[in-house]
Order: sequence, then structure tokens, then C-alpha cells
Amino acid sequence: MLSIKNLHASIEGTPILRGINLEVKAGEVHAIMGPNGSGKSTLASVLAGREEYEVTEGEVLFQGKELLELSPEDRAREGVFLAFQYPIEIPGVSTTNFLRTALNQVREYRGLEPLDAVKFLSLMKEKMALVEIDQKLLSRSLNEGFSGGEKKRNEIFQMAMLEPVLSILDETDSGLDIDALRIVSNGVNKLKSENTATIVVTHYQRLLDYIVPDFVHVLYKGRIVKSGTKELALELEEKGYDWIKEEVDSTATV
Amino acid sequence: MSTLTKSTFVSGLFEALPNTFPSLRQMGKENFYVQGFPSLKDEEYKFTPIAKKLETSLTNFSSANPVIISAEQINKAVPAGFEGVVLAFSNGKYLPELSTSVEGLTVNFLSKNESTPIGSIAKAENDPFIALNQATFTDGLCISIEKKKEITLPILLLQFHQAKEGQVISPRIWIEAGDFAKASFIDYSISLDDAPYFVNKVVEIKGGIHTDLTYHSLQEENNQVIQVNALVTDIQQDSQFTSTQITLSGDLVRNNLTLNLLGSNAVGNMFGIYLLNGKTHVDNHTNVDHTFPHAESNELYKGILADQSRGVFNGKIFVRQAAQKTNAFQQNNNILLSEDAIINTKPQLEIWADDVKCSHGCTVGQLDEEALFYLQARGIDKTTARGLLLYAFAGEVLEKIELESLRTFITTKIQERLGSKF
Ligand SMILES: Nc1ncnc2c1ncn2[C@@H]1O[C@H](COP(=O)(O)OP(=O)(O)O)[C@@H](O)[C@H]1O
Ligand SMILES: [Mg+2]
Repeated sequence: MLSIKNLHASIEGTPILRGINLEVKAGEVHAIMGPNGSGKSTLASVLAGREEYEVTEGEVLFQGKELLELSPEDRAREGVFLAFQYPIEIPGVSTTNFLRTALNQVREYRGLEPLDAVKFLSLMKEKMALVEIDQKLLSRSLNEGFSGGEKKRNEIFQMAMLEPVLSILDETDSGLDIDALRIVSNGVNKLKSENTATIVVTHYQRLLDYIVPDFVHVLYKGRIVKSGTKELALELEEKGYDWIKEEVDSTATV
Repeated sequence: MSTLTKSTFVSGLFEALPNTFPSLRQMGKENFYVQGFPSLKDEEYKFTPIAKKLETSLTNFSSANPVIISAEQINKAVPAGFEGVVLAFSNGKYLPELSTSVEGLTVNFLSKNESTPIGSIAKAENDPFIALNQATFTDGLCISIEKKKEITLPILLLQFHQAKEGQVISPRIWIEAGDFAKASFIDYSISLDDAPYFVNKVVEIKGGIHTDLTYHSLQEENNQVIQVNALVTDIQQDSQFTSTQITLSGDLVRNNLTLNLLGSNAVGNMFGIYLLNGKTHVDNHTNVDHTFPHAESNELYKGILADQSRGVFNGKIFVRQAAQKTNAFQQNNNILLSEDAIINTKPQLEIWADDVKCSHGCTVGQLDEEALFYLQARGIDKTTARGLLLYAFAGEVLEKIELESLRTFITTKIQERLGSKF
């Protein structure tokens, strides 16, 4: 489904991603871990189409299409969804307010009829229940005065509404208490299918008890320096990242 | 004093006028002569080269006669879903046969009622354009709201303008509301063609005590039009007055808004949106004068400027020594969508009382790129996403418009302009 080959990206001339290779197949869950500043969010942003990042080398195929050629909106319509690490506030724009436009543009792209207000509302009700989010929250200005947990739940709610093929969750677990973590993971798990894939970016192994990964990758200094199964996450939890850093830094030639 | 030769302009304008209001017009003329057109050296006009603009754009310095307006044109201009009173005007002249009325509302040509104290609120000696209007107008409309009458239907003043190149239109309106009266006006000006002309309008509003008056003004004239609008109102005790100024087009538009708070518990609200593109230049000068204790003023103007448009905002808050316990708030926020757009914004506070609450702020920014990306990442195309964000920005002012049909009408116009419907 997703094939990243030798991806290099920089911001304002500083290289951040320095040769990422990753294959994700339908039905799989991949976890990407790694110390702060290693480039996890950059990778997520590049996949979603953020223009500040300049891709200097490499290619990304998504369901056979050159992902990097597409506008951010077309990537979303193709089925890429990014749950932001730091969802921004948008005064005056509520979730309900923009999501119907978003959903209908996505549907139009996929050749589906637009949803009228009634159908949209009933779909919303269904998905709201999934992440246990209140309708009042959805009619308020996006993320304005939301708690950390509310922001993250809102991201997963949007994901549920848009039914993506590939979901990238960027530290959706940070700042969540155990209840919220359970709700969010539960939502993500219910949305998984054999036709979709998930990339979970996380700092903590804790999330992976709930969203169980098929593969775990460690990103460090803009490269995937280690890959394994879910046991790798447990090992990282126990030993931290220093041993990996040492391994990489001692063999580094560049 | 400007380079514009006053005599050319003025003599052309004063020729062949009917013999109404001779002494008032004479006084207007004298006051205009004393002041002349403001130049860029004039502090009040330093960003708005009105004299130069008049000189280069106007080629025919004479008063425009009314043109014939059809009932169909009226129907087309009235906002969909609008239920209310329509007062139609052609080049400033009231058209009774195309207008409607309601109980409690009386309208009269100013010429039929020469005792109307025009000029007592909008004073010719303080403003050359008010003076020029007073020297030039030949008739106007006196609108009265009966004491204790709450008129729930909005009153739409449809101002049709069409003038041969370079002509001058001088609308003059006097509104008076008896004690405890309530009314809401919409002043909507429309160009019937694309030719340049100069509208120099004066609206005076005299409210009794405990009145609640709202005056919306929607400016959507062609992009060659030069306008100077004076709205001056006396607000008595326990009264509320709200002005909502929406400007969507024009060549050069100058709005002079003056609120005189003349009693305790008086509230003056000044709201505005300017949504500019091309080379449109819009200058909003507002002036609120707190003279009594325990009065309040609220001001919020928002601007969105694209292309090479230019905005000027100058908000004067004057709190006299007697006006203790004044609350005065002012905000002006702007989004510049192009590197060539310019905004000059300035609060101007003069506070002589010591026990007042006064706040003001102005911001100039660009569209939030992060917010734009967020919406795109949800599948919304860039134009629509931009429209959503800009509409949200303007929304804070739109929300203040209580009349639903008007709010919808303006919202639709703004959404169309922002390239987005949702
Ligand atoms: N907008 C930006 N401008 C400058 N540097 C940035 C920007 N975004 C990220 N970086 C830098 O790129 C590196 C990787 O950041 P990021 O992808 O956020 O890491 P992670 O998500 O793994 O913590 C960091 O050194 C960070 O400082
Ligand atoms: Mg990150």
C-alpha cells in the first residue's frame, strides 16, 4: 500500500529525513518510535503534504500513485489521514462546520454522492459514540479551550468520519490518561480492517498494549535504524534509546 | 489646501440648483470655502488622497439628476427573504411611488418640512464634506419614528446611483426617533453602471431618550466610485445606537462615523467589515465622544485586503472629564492576503476622565498557513479552506448583525467573494 524509498527531506536547508525506507501493506500496523527530534513528525508531515518541508530525494508510492506529486487535499481524498501531534486551534471554525465540507469533497473525489445534512448528522452520531465525544465540543471553535485528551479524541473522530486507507497517528497517546487512551485505541482498532493500514508514531510502549503493532521501527537522526516486532518496543521501554544511539553513532560514517 | 481649484468644482456644482434651503446652502458654501478640500498634509486625510482623486476622476462637476428606477430593479435589489419597509432613492432623491411604509414611521421630503434642523448634528463647520453636501443638496428625506414605537420590520434604504462621468450625488437624510422608539435601518447603495461618480452623503440621526437604533450600511458600488459618507448621531441617556459598516467595493471610500454619547447609560456600538480587492481604497474614520458618566462604546472592525487594496482605520475615542465610569473598547483586526495590500490602522485615544475602562488593540496578519494545511489535510481544497478561514475571521462581526435576512444576505456576498460556499 505504502512504499517509501530513500526519502530525504529538509527544512530551510537543514536535512531532517536522511534516507527513509518503509514498506506498509494493507492490514498492517507499524509503530514508529524514536527519541525526540529524530524526525517522526517530519515524516508524518511530509506524507501528509506539508509544503514547508522540501523533499530532496526519494519517492513515495501510495496505492501505486506518486504520493509526493499530490496536493495535501488530494492525498486526504486518496485516503491518507494524519492525526496531528499538536492539533491547532482555529477560531471561528468548528469541527462540524468544516467536516461536512471535507467529507463531501472526499466523497466527490471517490465518486460518491454528497451526504445531506440529515445523513451527515447520523453518521456523526455513530462516530461520536465510537470515540465518546460530545456534540457540543464539535460545534465549538476547533480545539479552542479543549483539553489535551479532547483534542486527540477529536482527531480520531475525524479519522472515523473520513474513513482513511492509511492512518498516521502522530503521538496521539501523549498526554492521555489511561481512560482516554483506552477510548482512543478502541476507536482506532474498530476502524482497522484488512484493507487499511495504520502507522502509529509514539514515544511510549504503553499505547502498543492497546494498538498492537506488526512491526516496530526506530527512527533516529532521520533514518530507520532498527526494525523488529512488538518485542522491540518492550526492549526500548526497558532500556531506553541510549544503546541504539550508541550503536548508530559509533558506526556512523556520515 | 489642495491643488484642486475650488472654484472650478464649486461653481459647476452650484449652477442651476433649485431654490430650496437658500440660507442653509449659503452657510454650507461659506463653510466649505473656509475649509477647502483636505490635502495629504491634513492629519485626518494623510493616507487618503481624496482631493487628488476627485481632481483626476471627476470631469463633470455638476449635480446628478435622478434617473428612472423600475419596480423590477427594486425587486432585484432587495435581499432574498427580506421582509420590511423599502425606501427607494435615485441619486439621493426619494421615490415615494416605489417605497412602502409601516405604522409609526413617517417620511417626508426635507423640502416639505424646512424646519427640520438639518446641520444641527452634522455640523458644516467641522467637516468640509458635510459643508459641501450642505452647500449642494437640493432635497433629502426626513424619517421619523414615533415616540414609544418599536418598529420590528427593518427599514431598507435602497440607494440607486447612476451619474454621467464625474457627476456629484449629494444624498441628505435626517432620522429622528422619539423617546423609547426602536428601529433598524439598512442603507444599501448600488451602482447602476460602471461609470465614476462622487457620492457625498450625510446622514444625521437624532434619537430621544431610551431609544434603540441600528444603522447598517452596505457599500457595494462600482470600482470607479468615490464616496464620502458622514453618519453623525446624538445618543441620549439610556439609549443604544449600533452602526454596522460593510464595504465590499469602490474606488475610494471614506466613512466618517461620529457617535456623540450625550447621556448616562448610553451605548454606542461600531462594527465594520471591509473586504477589499483590486485597487479599492477604504478609509474608516470613527469618532466616539463620551460626554456623560456611565456610558459605553464598543468597536470592532475587521479587514480582509487582497491585491493592491488599501485600508485605513482610525478610531478616535474621546472621553471628557465629566465622563467618569466610561467603558470604551476598540478592536481592529486585519488580514493581508497580498504583499501589495496595505493597511494603516491607528487608535486615537484622548481621555480626560480618570475613572474609565478603556481598551484598544489592532492586529495585522496573514492567513494562518498552519490552519490552512490542517483543513487541506482533511480533504478540503485550498480555495475553500481559505474561504472558511476568512469567513471565520469576519464571522465575529457578522454575528453582531441581528437581522437574520440581512446577516444571510451579507454572509452570502462575503462567501461568494471569498470563493467558498458551505
Ligand atoms: N518547522 C521547523 N523548522 C525548523 N526545524 C524543524 C521544524 N520542524 C522540525 N524541525 C527540526 O527537525 C527535527 C525533527 O523534528 P520532528 O520531526 O518534530 O521530531 P520528532 O517528531 O521525532 O520529535 C528536530 O531537530 C526539529 O528541531
Ligand atoms: Mg513529533
